[in-house]
Amino acid sequence: MRPLTEEETKIFFEKLSKYIGENIKLLLDRPDGTYCFRLHKDRVFYVREEIMKLAGNIARKNLISMGTCFGKFTGSQKFKLHITALDFIAPYAKFKVWVKPSAEQQFVYGHHVMKSGLGRITENTPQYQGVIVYSMNDLPLGFGVAAKTTQECRRADPMAIVSFHQSDIGEYIRSEEKLL
Amino acid sequence: MADLVEKVLREAAEKESKFKTIEVEKEIDVIIDEGNLLVCDTNPIDFKLQKKNREDYLKDLSRDNTQILINRIWQLPTHREDEVVVAELPDVKTPIPREKPVPKKRKMTKWEEYARMKGINKKKKGRMVYDEQSKEYKPRWGYKRANDDTKDWLIEVPQNADPFEDQFEKRKKKKQERTSKNELQRLRNIARSQKTKVPGVGLTPTIAPSKDHLGKFTESLPKEKPSKFTGKKRKFEPNYGDVKKENTKQLDILNNVLNKTPILDITQAVNTHVKDEDRTRSKKQKTDKKGGKGNNSSQLESVFTYEDMDTLQDPKKSIAPAISNIKISEERMVKLLKNITTRKANGPYRISCKILKETANEIAPYTSSVYLIKN
Repeated sequence: MRPLTEEETKIFFEKLSKYIGENIKLLLDRPDGTYCFRLHKDRVFYVREEIMKLAGNIARKNLISMGTCFGKFTGSQKFKLHITALDFIAPYAKFKVWVKPSAEQQFVYGHHVMKSGLGRITENTPQYQGVIVYSMNDLPLGFGVAAKTTQECRRADPMAIVSFHQSDIGEYIRSEEKLL
Repeated sequence: MADLVEKVLREAAEKESKFKTIEVEKEIDVIIDEGNLLVCDTNPIDFKLQKKNREDYLKDLSRDNTQILINRIWQLPTHREDEVVVAELPDVKTPIPREKPVPKKRKMTKWEEYARMKGINKKKKGRMVYDEQSKEYKPRWGYKRANDDTKDWLIEVPQNADPFEDQFEKRKKKKQERTSKNELQRLRNIARSQKTKVPGVGLTPTIAPSKDHLGKFTESLPKEKPSKFTGKKRKFEPNYGDVKKENTKQLDILNNVLNKTPILDITQAVNTHVKDEDRTRSKKQKTDKKGGKGNNSSQLESVFTYEDMDTLQDPKKSIAPAISNIKISEERMVKLLKNITTRKANGPYRISCKILKETANEIAPYTSSVYLIKN
């Protein structure tokens, strides 16, 4: 366990800001306690300071997780967001996509969001913008990347992909062993 | 006897008739350059004879001239060298042009130019100099030179000099500086004469770093890039350091990341423009009441929303609103207890439903207070 280096922080924030923009500040500067990002076995954890200190007592080999895992650094030093970060990303999301109840299952099984399954979308979503996918009753289901701008979505045919799948809550079951 | 004399004379006459005489007569004296073994005949050519038999005429002419040259050679002073008589040729009279062009004159060095301008003449100094110590003449320079200051075993420390300074080292260094300065000036003169770049005064690149310290102390070149392989270990921030400080540092990085994104988003700008156009068009269609089929987008218009970014949800709070304080009055408790169906199973505390129902009035104040405490 160690703090992120400057380079790592940059890569991490660049990825995170695609979803929540400048709202990362709210994660760093919280009134209810000091929180920090820690790197452990290539994974970035968002932990309260006290818990991080307690976790420090556990041998590196034995420490599996602490706080919330935000994602991991790949072998080529890119950052991959995990579904576990959804709890912190969803409330701050700038761009959202709602899927119809009929398309919910498809998305949760790891498929892209089609135009036919699109319930609502935030106005002025640029192309390739990180978006949070919600069900129609405002339950965050995962996140993805906008394949088309909102304008293009209007004219797209029903089978066109609106949002590329990146992560969904089905991963808690599908790839349980990969999350941590 | 007379026969014999006659015979000899005849043979001599025959012999003489075979060979021409060595005396050659010329109207104008030929010009002879003994140094180059060259004869120059200025007599006019006899065209009649030449037309008759050209080859013979030229052959005779050249023989005569060669004869004159050989006659002249015999007049030169001779001496014997390894049983061979050798004539000493005088200096050449006729200049002969050289094969290659004359080399260009060396350009004057800076000092030579200066000296000529100032009228300074080179003065020849004697090679031998009187040596005070050994009281004899010794060479000015080189091995066993006179007044050799490199052989001093003691140097007096000058007045106001640092007493701890090594005077021997100082002298050696000064000498080195003088030689290197001279070398630089030499190179400069060459560069000037060839009109190439004057070599810089800076460090000359070291070809191979010294083995002792792997070039650790060698000065770097002006534009040398720092080595990738410094052998430095990675060092991270302390894990339990000041988290507040760490966060402010991260905020700085965040600001840098966010500032990178362009303020004007072109795709977004285009989108808003397209959207405006769409709106005006749809409005026009509505006012005209012509649009039979209608635009597909107008049907989906309710689908696109504007997000309220000002009021953000607290991540700690759940999505559902929290329950405020629960207050249960005694009467309501009695009513609740009396309505329990006795046929159903007991609750988690294993109290029979029948007892709860029968003693509703008695236990109501206590059960209601349990909820109050909980809150």
